This record gives sequence, C-alpha cells and structure tokens, in this order.
Amino acid sequence: MLRVSTLALCLGLASPAVASEIWVTNEKDDTISVIDIDTLEVVRTIPTGERPRGITFNSDRSRVYICASDSNAVQVMDPETGEILHDLPSGADPEQFVLSPDDRYLWIANEDDAVTTVVDVETRKVVAQINVGIEPEGMAVSPDGKTVITTSETTNMAHWIDTETRSIRANTLVDARPRHAEFIKDGAELWVSAEIGGTISVFDTSNQSEITKIRFDIQGVHPDLIQPVGFELTPDQKTAFVALGPSNHVAVVNAETYEVEDYLLVGRRVWHMAFSPDHSQLFTTNGVSGDVTVIDVAARKAVKSIKVGRFPWGAATR
Amino acid sequence: MTHALTALIAICTREALRFFGQRSRMIAALVRPLIWLLVFAAGFRAALGLSITEPYETYITYETYIVPGLLGMILLFNGMQSSLSLVMDRELGTMRLLLTAPLPRWWLLSCKLIAGALIGVIQAYAFLGIAAIYGVSYPAFGYVAAFPVMLIAAFMVGALGIALSSTVRQLENFAGVMNFVIFPMFFLSSALYPLWKMAEASALLHDICMVNPFTHAVEALRFALYLKLNPLALGVTLGAVVLFMALALWGYDPGRGSVRRKA
Repeated sequence: MLRVSTLALCLGLASPAVASEIWVTNEKDDTISVIDIDTLEVVRTIPTGERPRGITFNSDRSRVYICASDSNAVQVMDPETGEILHDLPSGADPEQFVLSPDDRYLWIANEDDAVTTVVDVETRKVVAQINVGIEPEGMAVSPDGKTVITTSETTNMAHWIDTETRSIRANTLVDARPRHAEFIKDGAELWVSAEIGGTISVFDTSNQSEITKIRFDIQGVHPDLIQPVGFELTPDQKTAFVALGPSNHVAVVNAETYEVEDYLLVGRRVWHMAFSPDHSQLFTTNGVSGDVTVIDVAARKAVKSIKVGRFPWGAATR
Repeated sequence: MTHALTALIAICTREALRFFGQRSRMIAALVRPLIWLLVFAAGFRAALGLSITEPYETYITYETYIVPGLLGMILLFNGMQSSLSLVMDRELGTMRLLLTAPLPRWWLLSCKLIAGALIGVIQAYAFLGIAAIYGVSYPAFGYVAAFPVMLIAAFMVGALGIALSSTVRQLENFAGVMNFVIFPMFFLSSALYPLWKMAEASALLHDICMVNPFTHAVEALRFALYLKLNPLALGVTLGAVVLFMALALWGYDPGRGSVRRKA
C-alpha cells in the first residue's frame, strides 16, 4: 500500500502536473462532471452508463471505477481520455463500493439483491458473493485490508466481513437506514451514518462495541430533514464533515469529543463529498439543486457553488 | 472658496453636534435594523437559500441576505430624519440664517446633504461591525468599496428628504412621510426579499420594486460589499441623486416663493 502510493507520488511529481480535479457522478444525467480545482469550473463532462453513483480511483489515479447502477455494471474508465475501457461484472444494481488497499478487489454493494459482490479487477471475475442484509449500500475497508463493512439500509445493520474467509464475522445494529461507513483513526474506529435515524454511530473496531452516537440539531430546521449520509475526515482525523441531506447543511464535528461545532449551509440535499488533494477545500454534491458547493476547510465557510449535471451523487478526487 | 468650505464645515459640525448630542438617536438607529436582523431574519433562517443570484456565489442564510437592505434602511431613516430637520429649522427660524448666507443655495443644500450622509454612513459602519460580530461578514476590501456606494445611497435618500421637506409644513407631518415615503420605499424594494421572490408573488410587485430607486441603491451596495460592480443599480442610484437634488433645488428656489412665503 505504502509502496504503491509512494510510486504514485513519484509519478505525480515526474509527469507534467495534471491540475487536480474533482469527479462528480450525475445520477440523472448519466455523466461525470469534472471540476478543475484551480478555476472551480467544470472542465469536462464525460458520458457514463446509466445512473452513475459510487465513484472511486485506484491509488495511482490511472483508473476510475464507476457504479453504473441501472446498467448493472461497474465501469472502468481511463481518466485521461474519459474512455470506458470495459465493464466489470458487478451483480445487480451496484450502488457503492470500496477498492481493497492493494487495488485488486472491488467490494460492491448490490442494492437490489442483498448481497455484497467481490470482483477481481484483474481477471474481471466475480470471486465471491456474500449474503448481507436488505438494501446494502455503505461500504468501507479497514486500512489493513482485513475487514470490509457493508451497511444494509433496511436491515439497519453494519456487517463486518472478514476479507480472508469472505464471510460475515459480526453484525452490529445501527440506527435506521445506514448509508455510509468509514474506518477512521487508523482503523481504530468505525463510523456509520444513519439517514433516517439522524445519527452517526461510532464503533470501537477491536470489539465492535458502540462508543457513542453523534446527533445533529440545526436551529430552524425540522429534525426529520436532518439526514446524515456521506462524511469525510481531515487527514489529522480531528475534524469530520458530515453531509446532512435535505437539511442542506454540512455539520462540522470534532472527532475527538464527538461534539458538533458548526453547521454550514450548502445546496439542496447534500449527500457525498471529496477533499481537494491538499485538503484545503471540500466539495459536496447537492442532488436536488444540481450543484457542488466548495467549502473552505480552514475557515469553515461555503465559498462557492458550481453547477454540474442533474442530481450529482458521488465525488472523488483525482 | 474658503467661504464655501467654512459653510460646509459649519454645517457638518452642527449636524454632528446634533447627532452625537442625542445618544438615543444612535441607539435608535441601530436598534431598528438589529431587530430585523436578530428577530425577523432568525425566524426565516432556513427559508432562503434556494437559488443563487449575483453577487452571491453560494447559498446564503436570510441574515446574510438582508444586511445590505438593513444598511439601506439605516441610510433611509437617517436621510429622512436629517433632511426633515429642515422643517424644524424653518419653524425655529434658523433656516433663515442658513439660507441668507452669501453663498449659492445649491451649495448650502449640498452641505446639508453631505453632513447628513456622513452621519448616516457612520451609523451604517457601526451596524456592519455588529453584523460581523453576529457572523455576517464580507471580504476586507468590501468594506472599503462599500463606502462610496453608501455615500451615494445616502445622498439619494437625503436629497429626496430635502425635496420633501420643502413641501412639509409642520414637523407633525413626519408621520405622513413615514407612511407614504419611507415604508413603501423600504418594503417595495429588494431590501427584504430578492426580486425573483417578488416576481413569484406578483409580476406587478416586481416591476414596482424595479422602478424604486431604493432597490437599486441596496443592490449597488450589496454588489460593492462583495467587490463587484452592478452598473445598472449604480447608474440608477446616481440618476436618482441628480433628479432628487434637482427637485430639492426647485423646492427651495426663492423665485418660486414658497419658501419665502413661509420663512
């Protein structure tokens, strides 16, 4: 993992600097909008399969994987040319996925089939399918690559999957409709957001016990509208930014005390987000308003909103 | 020339003395917009933020939206108050003293206008300071760029006030001015609601707002605070300054006799 990223760093330094970009999937336009971080403008719009949602790059940024949910495929794209190289067999309705730290396996949540599919990106073959709860969505992989999490939206569980045996090791209950999961603090904690429950559950990964729940309360906004979905942490793991869906706000959470410190107004129905490579800016996808809001991370202020396609969903940094 | 300057300084000093002598006036001038900001806007906190219009680059809270409008409100009330003090001056006889000074009348009225405008701008900056503490702040240079625009806006409402003061016979009529000038100007403008929102409610309301020069003064100010230029808004505001000043001079034209008759 370290070697791969070091290599990527060297390549990045050696090749003529490609301007950093944020790639956003537009769920209803079947496209990707590419935002140039320097100019904060959409520089490219790339067609994809139907209903693109989850998006991720491999570690040297030479490939981008896209969940084309209604095409029932994960598409593999060359980010340089925007050309779709091939599809991976993903199982039905892939929504979110994670790439294993060694870049070899994609772990894909198949929303309609209640399974998690493991695909070898080199042989392009499905190597395992694991039965999980109903409507799996959130996917996370531990930094050591030994555990993968699938959250199921209807069963309201986080499933802890052992990547060696490819079987469920543990299940933990979370609040209603878990959407997104993330290992943080070098894998010591697992955070799971619950959209309807309105919380983020924090788990101790050593024994899968719940440490606390983070709750949100925005002045003047009805609690039903506060629906946490995507979240990202600063590299020092001290601050989390949590997208709160139709409340149109992003919460700033102190990841050490689990206290919410601020709420930032962004566009409508904010779901996912991605940092700029230097982590000075955060880009949130606002589905209903069809734009991406840029947050100044240090100042904790929304500075600009950029029009993209219809219903932007996922975001990834190139 | 020196006479002209002496007159300007004298009138400004008198205006300043009058203003700073009444501490309650400063408090009143700030409490009014603060109630709007802290009470009214807080209630609508989440109601706005559905559309991005120039000069904003992202979604804003209602509090952020109304600050330029409230600055306009401060300038409007101050301009009217300061200009209508001419009515009192006329009743007390100090106006005769002023207008018989051996200087052109347009200059004397301009001095009065400048003095009132400066007092208004001081209040506006005090309010901007409070707004910044409350969390509504602007780029540092925005505060500088806003200065000339605030001055022009203050000239506009001040000149309108002077023009009106030539027709108001008694101070008691100030209530009428409140009802028929200040309130319509303030409410039928973009100070409290964006024009696209007005257009949703009624196209006629939107059109009325568009011809209201106060709308343009507020918009010019809103853009300036974000270091942007709104040529239409600024142009209309400047045009209104000229128009209202012409009306004021006409109202105080000794040849017309209305002033002479009364004074």
